[in-house]
Amino acid sequence: MPSLKELKDRIGSVKSTQKITKAKQMVAAAKLRRAQAAAEAGRPYAERLSAVMASLASKVSGDSAPKLLAGNGKDQRHMLVLVNTDKGLCGGLNANLVKEAKLQAKRLIAEGKDVSFYLVGKKGRAPITREYPNGIAKHYDTSNVRTPGFEEADGIAAELIEMFDADQFDVAHLIRPKFQSALVQNPTTTQLIPVPSPEVAEDSDAVVEYEPGEEEILEELLPRYVKTQLFGALLEREASEQGASMTAMDNATRNAGDLIQKLTIQYNRSRQAAITTELIEIIAGAEAL
Amino acid sequence: MPLHFELVTPAKQVRSEDVHMVVVPGAEGEFGVLEGHAPFMSTIRDGAVQVYKTEGAAPETIEVRGGFAEVGETGLTVLAEHVEEA
Repeated sequence: MPSLKELKDRIGSVKSTQKITKAKQMVAAAKLRRAQAAAEAGRPYAERLSAVMASLASKVSGDSAPKLLAGNGKDQRHMLVLVNTDKGLCGGLNANLVKEAKLQAKRLIAEGKDVSFYLVGKKGRAPITREYPNGIAKHYDTSNVRTPGFEEADGIAAELIEMFDADQFDVAHLIRPKFQSALVQNPTTTQLIPVPSPEVAEDSDAVVEYEPGEEEILEELLPRYVKTQLFGALLEREASEQGASMTAMDNATRNAGDLIQKLTIQYNRSRQAAITTELIEIIAGAEAL
Repeated sequence: MPLHFELVTPAKQVRSEDVHMVVVPGAEGEFGVLEGHAPFMSTIRDGAVQVYKTEGAAPETIEVRGGFAEVGETGLTVLAEHVEEA
């Protein structure tokens, strides 16, 4: 049975924890709105780009297709690009992402492929290093920028394409959170390089003129497409982080409230018990006289 | 009939409006797009997109960097990586 003083201190400490989680929850709620708006604002560009890609890719095929679209003909070395957050306090978001990455890695290894990781964000490094100490090819740090934007996506894409051109991997997959709501952010895996051939859009009869040429445009378009994918991943990561953080902190605040209530009842009970004991002692003493 | 013009960057949709003519700095030279232009696609170089709201009006210039322009049945779409509005 803890003493009254101990209980009081305990209540005090839970209360200050609750204050922290509540503040974090409100911050996340405010940031979520902005992050969500940013994620939505980025969508038209991505949609247009894939539409253009689809119509172009169906025209350029065969040997003339650029390497980014057709691949380098091998399927041995796989690169998993894992997009994690930089900060914690966001519930199971990072754990789920890492779990998905490990699942993919296991599947690929079972198929006899080589797997390496390209990590974006801090929170994936520790758990991945534990399991695959030599598997991390590169780590891209986004923790010193406030809101990762197009420049970061640009940097990541440039590095990846450079590594691809240097023949360091054959296939790259992108693992990232998909923001559905503040409650649901599922990790999803998509193929990044070679760019998956989009479903052929219905062929319009109109003859499109290209300047300079179809292949040249496609060649410029593909890196841009990779970049856009990464940019979208970063935006969704931001929204997911805030959403997950908001939910997790809301739960934590509620748990702290429950705990405080329970401790307060215990505190009041033991205080009352002490008073009753004292009273009994006084009355017993008075009667003895 | 006006020309439907859209200017989109990764961060946001900058323009979506009906205009008279747009002059785009294509990789192989500037080209103007009026309503009813044949389907056309071109990469663009860094430069100014000139938007003529109405015939003979003073053009509004928007600096764009990196991207490409597409003319289709629905109008002109410019996808730019970066935009600086004058």
